[in-house]
Amino acid sequence: MKSMNIMVVGVGGQGTLLTSRIIGKTALNAGYDVKLSEVHGMAQRGGSVVTFIRFGEKVAEPVVEAGDADLLISFERLEALRYAHYLKKGGILVVNDCKIAPMPVVIGAEKYPDDVPDRLARNHRVHTIDGLTAAKELGNSKVLNSVVLGAAAKYIGFSEEEWHEVIKQTVPPKTTEINLQAFNKGYGK
Amino acid sequence: MSEQKTIMLGNQAIARGAYEAGVKVSSAYPGTPSTEISEFLAKYDEVYAEWAPNEKVALEVAIGASVAGARSLACMKHVGLNVASDPLYTFAYTGVNGGAVIVVADDPGLASSQNEQDTRMIARAAHIPVFEPSDSAEAKEFIKFAYGFSEKYDTPVILRTTTKLSHSQSVVSLEERKEVPDKAYARDVKKYVMMPGSAIGRHLAVEQRENLMQKDASDLPVNRVETGDSNIGFITSGIPYQYVKEACPEASVLKLGIVNPLPRKLIEDFVKQVKTVYIVEELEPVIEEQIRSWGIEVKGKELFTRQGEYSANLIKKVIYGKSDEVFAPEQVPARPPILCSGCPHRSVFSVLNKLKIHAAGDIGCYTLGAVAPLSVIDTTVCMGASISVLHGIEKAKGKEFIKNWVAVIGDSTFLHTGLNSLVNMVYNKATGTVLILDNRTTGMTGHQEHAATGKTLKGDPAYAINLEDLCRAIGVPRVFTVNAFDVEALEKTITESVNGSELTVIIAKAPCALLKGQKFPYKCVAVADKCKKCGMCLKIGCPAITKAEDGTVIIDDTMCNGCGLCMTRCKFDAIEKVER
Repeated sequence: MKSMNIMVVGVGGQGTLLTSRIIGKTALNAGYDVKLSEVHGMAQRGGSVVTFIRFGEKVAEPVVEAGDADLLISFERLEALRYAHYLKKGGILVVNDCKIAPMPVVIGAEKYPDDVPDRLARNHRVHTIDGLTAAKELGNSKVLNSVVLGAAAKYIGFSEEEWHEVIKQTVPPKTTEINLQAFNKGYGK
Repeated sequence: MSEQKTIMLGNQAIARGAYEAGVKVSSAYPGTPSTEISEFLAKYDEVYAEWAPNEKVALEVAIGASVAGARSLACMKHVGLNVASDPLYTFAYTGVNGGAVIVVADDPGLASSQNEQDTRMIARAAHIPVFEPSDSAEAKEFIKFAYGFSEKYDTPVILRTTTKLSHSQSVVSLEERKEVPDKAYARDVKKYVMMPGSAIGRHLAVEQRENLMQKDASDLPVNRVETGDSNIGFITSGIPYQYVKEACPEASVLKLGIVNPLPRKLIEDFVKQVKTVYIVEELEPVIEEQIRSWGIEVKGKELFTRQGEYSANLIKKVIYGKSDEVFAPEQVPARPPILCSGCPHRSVFSVLNKLKIHAAGDIGCYTLGAVAPLSVIDTTVCMGASISVLHGIEKAKGKEFIKNWVAVIGDSTFLHTGLNSLVNMVYNKATGTVLILDNRTTGMTGHQEHAATGKTLKGDPAYAINLEDLCRAIGVPRVFTVNAFDVEALEKTITESVNGSELTVIIAKAPCALLKGQKFPYKCVAVADKCKKCGMCLKIGCPAITKAEDGTVIIDDTMCNGCGLCMTRCKFDAIEKVER
């Protein structure tokens, strides 16, 4: 039985939690022991957020530690850089090509680094995806999470049907079809 | 795989356990990381679950239900237990009729709290037993066990959780609810009326009970010895147990399920089996100091910090001198939490900032008004403190000193403990200005109803207390309600009030931007041609507004909520509203 340490990071409000829950549920359905660690409360208010998903035969701690992540999914560039050191050697980074300036940058106290892609590529295998453009092409910018999930799913495993089943159970019923399309688009279908 | 196997948040598992244990009455006040317990419990028709205005009230409701004979529950975060500590200490004396559990969620690492206090210390002071689970399955199992324990030993029980347990999900098997018939109620003055004559006797009962619990603790099924390498032994509990297992899977472990009173015999037997014993407990050395007091040599806080959350890497570094880290962290700008776009608090703070007014602050999203660029709040202590702190400042320095001061407090926090402070201001001739930031919800914890929203925890309609009437009724001479986005009216009312000589309450009212249906029907767009790059609109600290390379501003249309606050700051009409 394989085991995997996954992180989903982004900016509070980007929907990282729902994405993590879909991954966790898919692993549970496949018969794995699963642990998920979430962030609630004040940090959600536009701050840097991180969710951990671990699955395997038996999982002890609910978080992924620095140096242990197989896959890091980031909804924002700077957040990818903030957590990149959590990856193990050879770990994979799926990053949504999006820039959200944090408040210290907005008020001019700090600068948003312009060399993020280079710094990420230095140590890691990076898969960049423009989730927003893909989502807009489908007609709903909100489904960018499913696009990113689709891109990441290729590195996690499980069948397309297994993913689809959980997406159907998780997203609002009215948006099922477009979320499945978005997932497929990220998945490369 | 059984159909009933599911993945659950720790808090959901606690709610499920309470449900399965036959709990009949639950009362709580929201507080991260405990909030979701009540929200999940409210979904069960068999359980009466409510939001109380504060934790003291919640615990007293649970006491009433227990005395009446039903299994009862009160839930709170660690600092909520301070508010509830008055009934807590005496509940230890009266004991229970129906089983009673108090779930207390500690927050090592301060994910969303004002301090890192350790509930086990309070439990020891109050002589109340504490169980501590380490995953969702145990959370459900332990709370069920706690009800039987409560009734067997005639004591309230604390189930202690921490942020990582409450807010992590793991696999749980569901069981049926077991209805527990109410115990008969019988008047018992010696047990339930804590006047000196009765309390003398009950204090003895508390001591005898604690001795008995300590003796029996070693045989409880919630503790577990995992025999492994005899060179290294760990004594641990809760989430730190998982870090120990991850870091040192071969070591011997004594996993404690009961952490007060400690199972002394079990611990003494365990330390004999291993060469070096490490105590791994987050926050205070509660287990360590007790074991040391028995003359046993252990390693603890000289190696492990009292600060924040632990991790497997932290333990590996201590035990093996190395961790799994491969890459060094990159230097990147911080991303602290901020008020959301369209947040009515931002509007109020932008006015206070413009008027150069200091604010005594309180607990809620609006605590974020302390940081740049709004930089308005000077003090934050605890729930309700804004109003009393402002009063104290006035009594220390006089009326003139607070001409550029206000207190800011949310609607839910005002009803929690702010009201008492306002009564004190009325009574003791205060002249200050109090702003109630009324966003019609308990915002920071994730939008819970309260006594002024018109809905109960279960979603039923309820009487909505009118804050303006309430303030008038207790004798506040000047009370105003102002739309939180009407910056002109706010500026005028605040200026008049701080310069006046009568106690004033200004209710700045506008719903939280995250409440359903709160989006404005338009959004704001920056017109690059008209933008003079003055940066005034950036001073409100809205996450939707950023500077482009050429210095003009850009408003992110996916983030803009359309509140229009930025427009009030632009002197060049460079921001326009367009239909959404």
